[in-house]
Amino acid sequence: MKALLFLGCTVPVRNLNYEVSARKVCEALGVELVDDAALACCGYPLKGTDQAHALTIAARALAQARGHDLPLVALCSACAGTLAEAEHRLSHNPEEVARVNAELAPLGLEYAPGVRVTHLVRYLLEEVGLEAIKAKMTRDLSEFTFAPHYGCHYLKPSETIGGLDDPEAPTSMGALIEATGAKVDNYPRLKDCCGGGVLGADEELAGALAGAKLAELDARQVTAMALVCPFCNVMYEGQQKAIAKRMDTKFKVPVVYLTQILGLGLGMTPDELGFKLNRSKPKELLAAFKE
Amino acid sequence: MSVRLNDCDPGFKHEVAAEPGSEGIRACFACAACSARCPVGANRPDYDPRRLIRLTLLGRREEVLASPLIWLCSSCYSCGEVCPQQVRFTEVLTAIKNIAAREGHAPPSAKVTAELLAKQGRLLEITEFENQKRADLGLPPVEQRPGDFQAILGIEPDQGEAGEEPR
Ligand code: SF4
Ligand code: SF4
Repeated sequence: MKALLFLGCTVPVRNLNYEVSARKVCEALGVELVDDAALACCGYPLKGTDQAHALTIAARALAQARGHDLPLVALCSACAGTLAEAEHRLSHNPEEVARVNAELAPLGLEYAPGVRVTHLVRYLLEEVGLEAIKAKMTRDLSEFTFAPHYGCHYLKPSETIGGLDDPEAPTSMGALIEATGAKVDNYPRLKDCCGGGVLGADEELAGALAGAKLAELDARQVTAMALVCPFCNVMYEGQQKAIAKRMDTKFKVPVVYLTQILGLGLGMTPDELGFKLNRSKPKELLAAFKE
Repeated sequence: MSVRLNDCDPGFKHEVAAEPGSEGIRACFACAACSARCPVGANRPDYDPRRLIRLTLLGRREEVLASPLIWLCSSCYSCGEVCPQQVRFTEVLTAIKNIAAREGHAPPSAKVTAELLAKQGRLLEITEFENQKRADLGLPPVEQRPGDFQAILGIEPDQGEAGEEPR
């Protein structure tokens, strides 16, 4: 199994624990990730103000991916969502393809439909398969409980990235957590948005969105919250202290990436999985796997 | 507040609907399913997707484009999932924001974002420091190749000052 890795802007600079654990888990599960330094940004940051150029940038990445003839696998939900949306929009709209290709031609690139875009979690479930993943697990995590945060762009809009899971009752992250033997907490605020999309415009509002979920999970005392998106991480891990302060309360919710949980289940050490870079440390996990 | 029809621009809804992805605005029948599901609205009662659609359909062009509220959407796509009319409000609002940006209403961070992409090909800068950190973890180096981004965005090298990093 081979896939082209789409790293995007944030993961390779700010979320090396996600990247390192994702790469190790893929390797252990027989997935070869191919790198291409030319890929860079997906275009999402421009969408709100200039969606025409955002689409050209996404089309540029899709054109480059086409040259590899491999599925394009993103770690970031915003990248996966943006690229999938671009593929959907362009494959239904010949006029936009003409415009985009006029802009790409001077760069020696041409968009043509047909690239499969997917989030890493989806790729693991659809290509490796839950049973095969379970069969590779070597360590039992049954004493731990994780609270998945699905986030928004991993599941929505279902028009462009639907089919894997039900955005109103998602189970796909939970299934992977349970593959390690660990328990899943499907808490009441499971579907809440992290608020990351509005952080630049209104920090207080973004904090209110993330804070409600953090407060709930703090009270439920899960081993850790599990993420699959670096933007959700900005809110739940990066902003956690500031949010608690603004709410005039104290809480500490450990935050991990789903790939770090899978890596532990596959027998890897916390060091190999980049746990040193987790700022809201999952103390219970680290104590259990101290070398 | 009463609506004076003289202040309305009946072409505004067509202008919005002409942006890609937002044709659905015409189908809205004001059921408010989107407003009920919106997490931003739950925290900010002045933010209401249905109301923004009504104002747009009524042609309150300047009021909508200049409103700070249009920048408060978290892009969670929840509204679209519950809309019985396939309005795709997130895309409608993207269209409105795009028009607002063209008329100078975009937040300053928008310009910085485009300049960073033209300068770096990515939002976050890659220096030797980042690649050293990556190497320490056994990760391959990443590169900045802004050339394509400069060409697409029409921003010349060096013109783009790297300002504050957007969050
Ligand atoms: S849910 Fe759809 S039809 Fe109902 S008010 Fe919102 S946009 Fe209009
Ligand atoms: S996408 Fe925006 S308007 Fe729609 S529910 Fe989410 S925050 Fe509200």
